[in-house]
This record gives sequence, C-alpha cells and structure tokens, in this order.
Amino acid sequence: MSRLRSFLPHLVLAAGAFVVLLPFYWMFLTSIRSPAEIFDVSLWPIPKDFSAGENFERAARQVPMARFMLNGAIVCFGILAVQILTAVPAAYALAKLKFPGRKLLLTLVIAALCVPMQALALPLFVGLARAELLNTYFAMMAPFFLSVFAIFLFHQSFRSYPDEIIEAARMDGFSEMEICWGLVLRGSLPSLAAFSVFSLVAHWNDLYWPMIVVTDINLAPPPLGMLFFADVESGANYGALMAGAALITAPMLVCFLLARRHFIAGITMTGVK
Amino acid sequence: MSAVAEIDGAATATVHARRTAVERKMMRRGFLFVAPAVLLLLAIYVIPVIVLAGFSVTDYQLGALSTRFVGIDNFVNAFNDQVFMRAMKNTVIYALIVIPLGVGLALGVALLVHGRKRSRAFWEAAYFLPVTATLVAMATVWQFLLHPSIGPVNAAIKWMGFEPVSFLSDPSLLIPTMAMIGVWQVLGFNMVLFLAGLTAIPQDLYEAARLDGAKNPIDRFFTVTWPMLGPTTLFVVVTTSISAFKVFETVAVLTKGRFGSEVLLFSLYLEGFEYSNTGYAAALTLIFLAIILVLSIGQTVHLDRKVHY
Repeated sequence: MSRLRSFLPHLVLAAGAFVVLLPFYWMFLTSIRSPAEIFDVSLWPIPKDFSAGENFERAARQVPMARFMLNGAIVCFGILAVQILTAVPAAYALAKLKFPGRKLLLTLVIAALCVPMQALALPLFVGLARAELLNTYFAMMAPFFLSVFAIFLFHQSFRSYPDEIIEAARMDGFSEMEICWGLVLRGSLPSLAAFSVFSLVAHWNDLYWPMIVVTDINLAPPPLGMLFFADVESGANYGALMAGAALITAPMLVCFLLARRHFIAGITMTGVK
Repeated sequence: MSAVAEIDGAATATVHARRTAVERKMMRRGFLFVAPAVLLLLAIYVIPVIVLAGFSVTDYQLGALSTRFVGIDNFVNAFNDQVFMRAMKNTVIYALIVIPLGVGLALGVALLVHGRKRSRAFWEAAYFLPVTATLVAMATVWQFLLHPSIGPVNAAIKWMGFEPVSFLSDPSLLIPTMAMIGVWQVLGFNMVLFLAGLTAIPQDLYEAARLDGAKNPIDRFFTVTWPMLGPTTLFVVVTTSISAFKVFETVAVLTKGRFGSEVLLFSLYLEGFEYSNTGYAAALTLIFLAIILVLSIGQTVHLDRKVHY
C-alpha cells in the first residue's frame, strides 16, 4: 500500500510527461526516418532506414535554413544589445539619481508594461512603410529597442545596491557611467542573465512582427521561415518538414537543457518577481 | 543676536548653493541617462498609441490618396462585422478551455512535482520544454501527430476501436484542438509559478493544520495550500488569460483562419496588414487593447506592489 502510494505520483507524472514530450520525440524520430516509413506509426526509436542526412539536406535545399538561423541570431542579439544599452542607464537613473519627472517616467514605464506589442504594430508598420524601411533588419528590431520590462526589472534590482558604495565611488572620482556599468550592473548579474534569456527566447520564437514587416524570404527569422517551408512542402514530405522543425527548435532546446535553472528563471521572471 | 542670525543665514545660503549645484549636476546626469529610453518610449509607445487612436476614427487605407473622418463608424461596423464577431467568439471559447485546464493541470502537476526530491529537476525540465520551443515549428509537428490517416494519435484511437477524429478539418473541433495545443504550451510555465508559490508556504502551517485535526492530505490542501496559494493562483489566471487572448501562431500555421476559425489577433492581422484597411484595423486594435488592459490590471497590481515595498 505504502509502496503504491510512493509510486503513484511518479506514475501520474510519467503519463503526463509522455503526452508533453511526445511531439518532441515524434519530431526527432520522423526527422531521421526515411519518408517511405511515413505510414509507420510505431514509436520504436530505431528506424529501419536511417535517412537523417537526406531529410536535413532536403530541408536545407528547399529553403535557406542556414540563412533563417543567421537572421534569427542577428535580430535576437541586435535587439538584446540595444535593449541593455538603453535600459541599464535609464534604470540606474530611476533608481539612484534624483531628477524632476522621475515619478512620471516610472509610471509611464509601468503603464507601458501592460501594452502588448501587437497593439502597437499597426502605427509602427505604417511609419516604417512610409520611411520605406520594410524588409530590413532594422524594421524587425526597431519596435523592441526599448524594453520597458528591462527598465522595470533593473530598477528593482539596482535599488537594493548600497548608496554608501556609490557615494564612496563618486568621492574616488569614478564617473557616473563607470558606477552604473562597472559597479551597480555588476551587482545585478543574475538579473542581467535572466533578462537576456527572456529576451532571446521571446524574439527567436516571435512570428507576429516578422510576418508583418518581412516578405523577403532571405530576411525571414526561423518562425517565419518555418511557415514558408510548411507552405512549400504542404504536407508532401514530413521527414524534411520535421528536420526543419528540429533545426529551428534545437538552439533553444539545447540551451535550455544546458542552463535549465537560468532558463526557467528568465522565462518565468515576469511572474515570479 | 542679529549678527549670529546673519552668519547663520549666510552659512545656510552657501550650503544651500553648494547643494543646489550638486543637485543640478545630478539632475543633468539623470536626464542624460534616461534620454535614450525616453525618446524610444515616445517613438515606440506614446506616439503610436496616439496615432492608433487617430486612425481609428478615419477610413484611412495605407496608400490611399484621401482620408475621411468617420467618427465611431469603425467601432459600430466592428460589432456588426460577422467575421470579427466570430473571431471574438472563437477567442473567448479558446480562452475558456485554456484557462481552467492550463491552470488546473499546472496546479496538479506542481503539487506532485513539489513532493519529489531527487526527481524534481527532471520533471520540471520535462514539463517546461514546450515553453522554450518555437511554437510555429511545434504546431507543424502537432499537425502531423493529429493527421487523420498517418498520425500516431489517430492510429492509437483506431487501435482502441474508435473512429478516427479529424482534429484539424472538422470545423467544430478546430478551436478545441488549438486550445489543447495552447494548454500543452502554457502548462510548464504555470507549473513553475505554482512551484514558486508552494515553496513560499511555511512548513509549520502544515504542522499546525495537522495538530488541528487536518489528518489527510486533502484536508490540508484545503485548509493551508489553497488559501496560501491565492495570490499565485490569481496571478496565474491573469497571465494565462492574457496569453490566451493573444493566440496567433497556432492559427497562422494550422488553419490560416479557414472554416471560420479566426481569432482576434488573426483577424486583426488580416484587416491591417493583408487588406490594408488601416482605419478599421485600428479600431479593432483598440478593442483588443481594451481587453488586454482590463486583464492586465491584476498583473500590474501584482508588479506594482514590488515598487512600493
């Protein structure tokens, strides 16, 4: 009885995990199976005919897969760099400097937290179209250059930095920039790591905005590329389709498995904090 | 007496002058540090919201030569627009499936995982995996899994002796099927929030409840866990409903709005960016924004508490 009791939770969890993980397993399995085995619905992990090479090669031939990944990396890191450059000084000033309008700015930041990107897409699109900037990396990145969430998060974290150390550093002739980037930010490295994960995952997976501003397939980030690919293949070759899906999800999945703690903290910090 | 007062006054004045100089310097630095963020805040949030409100009362079409002021016509039209109303209804149905299941199942999983010691990290990772995965790619995988003739899910259904289910071609099943994918994706996220809430409950409360006669785990759940998890549950419900109202990727991949399966964001996308009905789409966007803002009030209250304490 007590044996059963200690096993039961594991049993229930395992059944749930089977359903949750099935799509990943099936994606991987199909991507290494030959397309001829398409009617084989068994979950046996070793394919009769190992054709991973063929499937991945077809995925790369049909659409510029490597290009999608490169676009994704450029856009994600571009956004992250500008977000940090603009949010860190602003958060430092809000937390540690006194200036008129500080309260107002903080209120604006918190109000902006509630406004989803999708609500701003229309006027931003019209603006970029008028400026003839559609189909550029800039158009894909621009709306995310300011992360109000980053300002909010860093503000919370910077406030707990001791004022005495900042005063002492000022006496020692440190410039305000050095204090901000060298001292205060260094005290908030876990927040910086969590935010970076949050931002990279969000933009690697984003479809809505790239779908609006990009029609040139050579500029497509991975999700938009996947959509193009699914339309091209239209169910004809699931082996190649799953190989493409595996390639696109792999970077985030691998990083997640390597830095599980950071990932969970980063993605859920909107909630836990 | 007056001399002392004078000296005193002069000293205060110099201290005051020095302080204002320091303050002015700090002020200038403050402005300098927030300047990029303020400019971007204006360009990305403030001005677009004003422009959006402006569009919503016109019949502006991107590229059109003339634009008229139409007052609230766009909003009136929206509520008489069958397609938009269907999208609204679909989104509400989607949310009504995703919220209870996404929150309830996550709580169940969190309670089970919380009791594990050695295997906790493993279960956490397994259930969290869909949160990190690119939804567009995973939706394609689901399409294959649920395929009526070659998908393993229907193979299992047939093996059990039932008729195969056309999850993605039967119009009445489209929204529920996409809602199940939505639950699959949000489960791990909510589980982690619940785990954080569970960890924060002091152990001695359980001891006290045990002494007070709450002998079995179910009693203890209702006397301690459930009330203590209140704020977490509220927050999880709010974030889940916001993400449910923003459903887009699954529709874009699986149905493209066919068979009357549009959702709010998808119909907004079509009007604004495919048909270029900018004015009308702006009105729809404001309706969408109003829904999200009402839902986010709970979230902001939660975040705001951290600002003051």
